[in-house]
Amino acid sequence: MKVLLSWLQEFAPFPGDDPVALGGVMSDLGMAVESIERIGEGLDGIVTVKVLELRKHPDADKIQLVDVDLGDGEALQICCGATNLTVGDVVPLATLGTTMPDGMEIARRKMRGEWSNGMLCSGRELALGEDHSGIYILDPSLALGMPVVEALGITPDVLFDLEINPNRPDAMSVAGVARDLAARLGLPFAIPVPTVEELAGDAGSIASVDIVDPDLCGLFHIRVIEGIKVEPSPRWIADRLSALGMRPINNVVDASNYVMLELGQPNHTYDLAKVPGGALRVRWARDGETITTLDGIERTLTGGRDGVIADVTDSAVGIAGVMGGASTEISETTTTVLLECAWWQPMAIARSSKFMGLRSEASARFERGVDPEIVDLAARRLAELLAPSGARLVQGSVSVDGDLSVTPAVRVRTTRVNQLLGTAIATDEIVSLLTPIGFVCAAGADADVLLVTVPTFRPDTTNETDVIEEIARHYGYSKIVGRAPTSAHTGSLTPIQRDRRSIRQVLVGRGIHEAMPLPFLAPGDLARCGLPAEAVTVTNPLAAEESILRTSLRPGLLRAIAYNESHRTDGVSLFELGKVFALPASGETLPDEREHLAVALAGRDATAAANVWALLAQTLGLNDVVIDQSAPPAGLHPGRSGVLRRGGEQLGEIGEIDPGVLDALGLRERVAWLQLDLAVALAAPHGEHRYHHISRYPSSDLDLAFEVDNAVPAASIEAAVRSAAGPLLVTVNLFDVFRGHPIPDGRRSLAYRLRLQAPDRTLTDDDIGGVQRSVVEALGAIGASLRG
Amino acid sequence: MIDDITRIVGAAPALIAGASSVEELRAVEADLLGKKSELTLLKKGMGGLDPEGRKAAGAVLNDARESIEAALGVRRTDLERAERASMVATEQLDLTELLELPERGSLHLVTQTWDRLVDVFIGMGFTVAEGPEVETDWYNFEALNIPAAHPARGMWDTLYVDLGDPETVLLRTHTSPVQIRVMTDGEPPIYAVMPGRVYRRDTADASHMPVFHQIEGLVVDRNISFADLAGTLEAFTSAYFGGSIHSRLRPSYFPFTEPSAEYDINCVFCEGNGCRTCGQTGWLELGGCGMVHPTVLTNVGLDPEEWSGFAFGFGLDRLALMRHGVDDIREMYTGDVRFLEQFPS
Repeated sequence: MKVLLSWLQEFAPFPGDDPVALGGVMSDLGMAVESIERIGEGLDGIVTVKVLELRKHPDADKIQLVDVDLGDGEALQICCGATNLTVGDVVPLATLGTTMPDGMEIARRKMRGEWSNGMLCSGRELALGEDHSGIYILDPSLALGMPVVEALGITPDVLFDLEINPNRPDAMSVAGVARDLAARLGLPFAIPVPTVEELAGDAGSIASVDIVDPDLCGLFHIRVIEGIKVEPSPRWIADRLSALGMRPINNVVDASNYVMLELGQPNHTYDLAKVPGGALRVRWARDGETITTLDGIERTLTGGRDGVIADVTDSAVGIAGVMGGASTEISETTTTVLLECAWWQPMAIARSSKFMGLRSEASARFERGVDPEIVDLAARRLAELLAPSGARLVQGSVSVDGDLSVTPAVRVRTTRVNQLLGTAIATDEIVSLLTPIGFVCAAGADADVLLVTVPTFRPDTTNETDVIEEIARHYGYSKIVGRAPTSAHTGSLTPIQRDRRSIRQVLVGRGIHEAMPLPFLAPGDLARCGLPAEAVTVTNPLAAEESILRTSLRPGLLRAIAYNESHRTDGVSLFELGKVFALPASGETLPDEREHLAVALAGRDATAAANVWALLAQTLGLNDVVIDQSAPPAGLHPGRSGVLRRGGEQLGEIGEIDPGVLDALGLRERVAWLQLDLAVALAAPHGEHRYHHISRYPSSDLDLAFEVDNAVPAASIEAAVRSAAGPLLVTVNLFDVFRGHPIPDGRRSLAYRLRLQAPDRTLTDDDIGGVQRSVVEALGAIGASLRG
Repeated sequence: MIDDITRIVGAAPALIAGASSVEELRAVEADLLGKKSELTLLKKGMGGLDPEGRKAAGAVLNDARESIEAALGVRRTDLERAERASMVATEQLDLTELLELPERGSLHLVTQTWDRLVDVFIGMGFTVAEGPEVETDWYNFEALNIPAAHPARGMWDTLYVDLGDPETVLLRTHTSPVQIRVMTDGEPPIYAVMPGRVYRRDTADASHMPVFHQIEGLVVDRNISFADLAGTLEAFTSAYFGGSIHSRLRPSYFPFTEPSAEYDINCVFCEGNGCRTCGQTGWLELGGCGMVHPTVLTNVGLDPEEWSGFAFGFGLDRLALMRHGVDDIREMYTGDVRFLEQFPS
């Protein structure tokens, strides 16, 4: 909502000397000032000049030399980039020493060797709109050397652009903003009473309305204005509308808009001659009913959603609260206007305008709720504005009620006010805060209670808390002294939140960067990554690339790797912790949403992923998890991948991205891959690193190399070693893998170093020999033979 | 015999000084003091002397050994020092001559900001709550006092998913549904913050992403007031941004709080003096807050006469961008390592 200082001043004597301070008060009242524009300021030094001669610049194609006359008959040379000038034009010149509205200072300077003694100005340079296509051409009859402010009849003013919250229908009008501001500043506020000479007659015999559906329309008020002469509005009305962002059209339309902006009452003017019998009907639209609105577009309405104003033939002549129809539009032949000032059900208008995709200044006000008590004042104000053109208001009005609820007086307890605000405001202070904004306070049953009657222009305020907000607003949020509540609780992270931090620490320590690709996928992304295509889809995506919710972190991380490769960054290591979404389990509404961890290591093979996994498992204390390569996961390298399994549970997948997938995504490097379902992985008790007693007796190492078939996983050899070695085993490490002569094809040698130690004694040769015998025997049983 | 000893002791310094390495010195030591040395042989020959003579000769012999051992020790120390010095001289390394720097990973800027914020709130006694990113209309809107067709729904451009009845399941537009879950599943007193990822139907540009992050806070207890809200945000502001940065509250509107407020802080770039970032106002708009609306409390089964509370929330991404002077939010989400590695912690 934009407001002009001069317009506000018609309602209360606001000081004009410090617009910034005034804006500060508006912000503090919750009408946040987004910008302050000083109209007509910064134009000192800009005067009217006449173009005497246009010459080519000898050294520049895009600049011409303009000789101008300031009124003294002397030619002054200006360099100018615009081409819309002709000799004899009167134009604005910023003379030397002028500071332009944007802060630029005009000085004498040379442009490509030619002197320029000032600057000719465009509309934008004068802060008179957005036009910058050429120099602003003035009325040729103007005297020369005259200040442009005078020449244009610009009255200095201040334009505030305010952000109005949805709960402030009253502030959608100049009068409403003024009322709030005056209350805070302790200034007297009044809406001037329109002075209208009424024409003898009876509007009731000229026009009528039948509210068929009272749940759509709470009040329909009609006045009739005769003697209409459609012509351009007076300059001051057109200027004010332009300043507030509305295009002047003609005196009737402009007066209608002016009243809406000033008083917040949207209204509609019908050409009475085009409304048969002056009779209107208000009802819900029928499904498929059509109407051509004022903007010339034919719109199809939806039954029960949109409301219409129909004529006596029951054909729609307007969409209720949203936009009028073309058939009854004011035109140059209009002589009598049927003026509608109505109150529409806010929810109905909100729904109608939203689903029709048609928002208007009127609908924005109706959906917040307008003041039903202002309808006749608004009508008379409109007539007052049109009076200079000869229009006269016909006596009498038609006013029909629909369902219009009245908010009962609100019980407001002083103790509750102070309890909720943390203040000590006395009851009489509450009264003096509420009264200036139109709230009528009466004493309640006991001293603590006020009965507050809410003004009709504040339909948003219906209960005690609403009123408390008004009290707080006018008391001043900044005057409420902060205090920190004393929590009897201690803050902490949950176990999963702590685990996440550990996971991130480990991965960052391994040189892996955390990435956050968007969780949206394009159709086909999952398939390209070798994953099933079933996924939750977005109903209203802005782009197809954002139409599918990921079921895996794989597409996002691989895309990030491709992005890096395409920018000549190879060997990138990335991880992500994020949600993935599977279709809901049966009977569930929400998707099966899980938090996954994924690690992608470009330029590395599957063992790199296995190493990262080993480190994570160790850090998190995830024991008893095996890598099962018997059924490689989809989209991973069949020979180099497996699932992470704990008993019957699948925790994740590990290995390398399938070369086919790499190819499909245009990735040059192989990519090691690890993915973990955190909920599953961290569900079982874990992370309990129990103390093991450290023996003080010497340890001995036993190195054993086994020849074994490639098909037997090293993990099972190690497991067998561990179980056969018995309690003396401290650690076992694979320290060499060898394939080739003399080992037969399809087999390899695995060399382990076993560190043995007893808690209570020094080991004997017999101890060590015993371990060796049981290990060799156990491994023989799974096809691994000791190498000599 | 004494003469022999005197001769041996006299000759020893030259022999010792002649050893040019620790190894050579070891040979000289064997010659002078070893099993087959003259001194050892002389000691063995003392058996024939009378007790008096033996005592005298023994003393002389011992003195001789000690003086030779001392000389050997001094020489050994010198030689060892010299040998170490020459070894060290050959082991010189240029510590700037590095072939490959070890790589360090990095936490995402959002994570770094998230952790930092959460740590401050934990210090203030808050727990950290989370919830699903795909939500029902109830948790995201209805329970928060935003019924269908409420004009306020226009404040959020919502992405819906194709589940259930049309427009009933959505990508949460704020982390507020977690507040509903916390109040529904638990009981006051509640002191919790909820950081999380949120979604809007928005085209990505330098300052918007369809996916971004928020943190909200919720306190529900007896006698919680607007003053508590103001005090909590002020305490948080100076804890997170530093003591010279303060907060202010301005009236605003949200369907789920009343009274509602905008939460501003002193501009962190100019400390309130006015600069380009804050549009010369000296203030930065951080987020929204207010007293939990009585309807919201009723919706989760709490009696607004017994319990009151406040809630606040603000964007997390912007804090991350502000701290590091990043001017385009999209940079955070491409996964470009040249960006990520700039912020190791």
